[in-house]
Amino acid sequence: MADGAAAAVEAGGGQRTGNVFRLPAEAGMLRFLTCGSVDDGKSTLIGRLLFETRALFEDQLAALEHDSRKYGTVGEHIDFALLMDGLEAEREQGITIDVSYRFFATDRRRFIVADTPGHQQYTRNMATGASTADLAVLLVDARKGVVNQTRRHSFIVSLLGIRHVVLVVNKMDLIEFDAERFREIRETYENFATGLGFESLLAIPTSARYGDNVTSASERTPWYEGPTLLAYLETVRIEADPAGQPFRMPVQWVNRPHLDFRGYAGTVASGRVRPDDAIRVLPAGKAAVVSRIVTLDGELAEARAGDAVTLVLAEEMDVSRGDVLAAAGDAAPVADQFAAHLVWMSETPLIAGRSYLIKAGTKTVGGSVTAIKYRINVDTHEHLAAKELHLNDVGVVNLSLASPIAFEPYAKSRDLGSFIVIDRLTNETAGAGTIDFALRRGTNLTWQHLDIDRSARAALNGQKPAILWFTGLSGAGKSTIANLVERKLFAMGRHTYVLDGDNVRHGLNRDLGFTEADRVENIRRVAEVAKLFADAGLIVIASFISPYRADRAMARNGLEEGVFLEVFVDTPIEECQRRDPKGLYAKVAAGKISNFTGVDAPYEPPENPEIRLSTIANSAEALADEVLAELRRRGIVG
Amino acid sequence: MPDERAVGWPESQGQVLQSGADGRARRRAALSPHLKRLQDESIFIFREVVAELRNPVLLYSIGKDSSVLLHLAMKAFHPARPPFPVLHIDTTWKFREMIAFRDETARRLGFELIVHTNEDGIRRGVNPFDHGSSYYTQVMKTEALKQALAKGGYDAAFGGARRDEERSRAKERIFSFRSTAQEWDPKKQRPELWSLYNGRIRDGESIRVFPLSNWTELDVWQYILAEDIPVVPLYFAAPQPIVERDGQLIVVHDERMRLKPGERPEMRMVRFRSLGCYPLTGAIESRADSLPAIIAEMLGFQTSERMGRLIDRDEATSMERKKREGYF
Repeated sequence: MADGAAAAVEAGGGQRTGNVFRLPAEAGMLRFLTCGSVDDGKSTLIGRLLFETRALFEDQLAALEHDSRKYGTVGEHIDFALLMDGLEAEREQGITIDVSYRFFATDRRRFIVADTPGHQQYTRNMATGASTADLAVLLVDARKGVVNQTRRHSFIVSLLGIRHVVLVVNKMDLIEFDAERFREIRETYENFATGLGFESLLAIPTSARYGDNVTSASERTPWYEGPTLLAYLETVRIEADPAGQPFRMPVQWVNRPHLDFRGYAGTVASGRVRPDDAIRVLPAGKAAVVSRIVTLDGELAEARAGDAVTLVLAEEMDVSRGDVLAAAGDAAPVADQFAAHLVWMSETPLIAGRSYLIKAGTKTVGGSVTAIKYRINVDTHEHLAAKELHLNDVGVVNLSLASPIAFEPYAKSRDLGSFIVIDRLTNETAGAGTIDFALRRGTNLTWQHLDIDRSARAALNGQKPAILWFTGLSGAGKSTIANLVERKLFAMGRHTYVLDGDNVRHGLNRDLGFTEADRVENIRRVAEVAKLFADAGLIVIASFISPYRADRAMARNGLEEGVFLEVFVDTPIEECQRRDPKGLYAKVAAGKISNFTGVDAPYEPPENPEIRLSTIANSAEALADEVLAELRRRGIVG
Repeated sequence: MPDERAVGWPESQGQVLQSGADGRARRRAALSPHLKRLQDESIFIFREVVAELRNPVLLYSIGKDSSVLLHLAMKAFHPARPPFPVLHIDTTWKFREMIAFRDETARRLGFELIVHTNEDGIRRGVNPFDHGSSYYTQVMKTEALKQALAKGGYDAAFGGARRDEERSRAKERIFSFRSTAQEWDPKKQRPELWSLYNGRIRDGESIRVFPLSNWTELDVWQYILAEDIPVVPLYFAAPQPIVERDGQLIVVHDERMRLKPGERPEMRMVRFRSLGCYPLTGAIESRADSLPAIIAEMLGFQTSERMGRLIDRDEATSMERKKREGYF
């Protein structure tokens, strides 16, 4: 340690009883979000809270005055909206786009405010802010009362599990502090909010601009006997004690610094744990006993909800990231099928059947939405039929995961009941969901164990099963090459089967059209059939345009390494149009067909196909031989 | 049981003094619930990154936030060492005390320290006097950082930035996505819900991670006090040779400091709230020479911490622009 620092720290360490400990930190922290449109005075309210609690510094105020002159919309006054709108685009356009986090403190509590945008197109950003908040401050303009946006915000607040709401009826100065009007608004809102599951709801009449009832009680509302906004935020009691729930801890990271130590690092989600406690490792359900709770500050006699610790078990066992350690006597349920609420956050719509990654707790697994039960109109709470969920849509869905997870309903645990949906290709966070309950279907429908398996059948056939998945534009030459490959394999005495796009649509998929959702379902069914045939020991040759990478990834999903070979028949669109073997491009050009891949519907070429065939310079015959050579190289045929 | 000191934790951290009846050690003083919550959130973030990314690095600026960051990293992975190296971007204009502290800290905690300097900038003689703070920062900090991150092939970089520092930071995610060009697009941030951080990236893309996002300047100092974390002595008031420039108190730190006509250094009792390159970092007049005195002084501050950082004042949206280009 540097000498100076040592001296200084020691000096500090010697005076540990000064008044610096009379600090707000002792009272804990409240995270809340504010919602309401710009016109309701939300930014002014936050600005005032920050200003009055001295969380705004002089240089920040000076910068704000400067910006108010440049971009401001309130004449001579300081435009507090500019304080919250931290991005250039927001200041230029005068709207809030993204969540902003602000910090202030009083002698009684610390506060983190998430200021969230109000417009419908930013629903996802509001959900982001709400996901970590304990309480919502909902603003309405006293002149307008409860409006559509109030209802939408209340719905999202409720969806994200916030149980405490403050209804700030602002701009009371503009209606001369009319007690009757305030009572009307409060009652309208209370009626509306029934059924949203709020445990506490307080309405406060304010004027953020003049400070009435924000941090000090107003003389202009003698009829209001409740607390000021700040006094309420300082004292409101939040949530039941999560430490009182049964013990749960998702394993984040396996700590193995050397052979003699194996610990499971994680943050206790609920309950408490002590050495010698009996636990279960979920989803497997194996029993174990905690031997030690390790931290840098020494071993602990107990860890409780919120503590980041490392647990050591009495016996060595196989525990990995994503597993949940739970109280043995009261373990969390395990399932792979759920009913869930889902907020869609991607420009690319959610399609039932498409494969995504689902991150729940510390576990990431493949999964898909098997059915969209309905979409919810967030303004009216109406249930609407939907085949897709678009950006900012909220829906109720059935979710199916590739493997089971330990969970709790979101209403019981935010940590074990929430999940995000990640797009497999772009990696964007495409959706966020809350688990309502597990679907029992999984328990009634189990895998029948069969004595003869794939390898037994393959051995009898004297070949390794495989799926050759030909993808490419219409007219690229997929079927021609696939047909040649099958003839060559047949001549060698191999057992094969060709699944062809056009042929399948005459039977199995006769009920499907060409919308994006139907294309996804088309590929899903074909992929399942291909898997069954491969399981039967065959070399399956599937020939489908299959334009979406996500769907080809889904076809590959769940197969052993080396079984699925993606064959990209790479022919430029101009060449396909020139060949036009089925006359389809001519029909497209004549306007008789729309939604045609490569013309007015996208084709996403494979990034790393196992085999790439260029049809420009090579004959179909030569390309078929190329495929066979690759099959030999991989030991699929001898 | 592994030795608690195997990671090289200093004696001054030995708060595990009391043993209970069951023989288990306990901390002498518990953190306040508020600091405990912040600490445990940061530890969670560290662990998520290590679990989900291939090759993380910790960007170490030597300042108080970096000291807290390292301390939290030690906690997150104990008894293992933090499984990533520590990177310092050396502009060659840091205070001597900072460099000495950096090397001492690396030795004390036993981590792998990587120091990178933009050699091209050095060859071209880029300095804060001739080139202005904006260009100098771009070359010696932003470009240097991008070079170092690309060279190391890091896919995640921890930084000590906090949301209370500046308003564009107030908008930034904890896992902040960077394109293959290491640029930040504030309009295309991934939604970040609950503590479900999405660390998935493609080759060449990376994330910057800010475990201290929800901490305030006051939290940092209180935590340093509560946990006895060593910090650079320049944070404590001491006499320094000072010139006053554009309302800022600049320390005449070495012979490279160019004095303007009429400027004469005078000894004043000062300290720093924030540490950077010495010609660009303003000191404040203060007599606070201990942690409690610093905290007491902070409670009376009328200006923000970044007031003393000249690089923020070039233009209204200075920080956002720098961040988009790849600055931390």
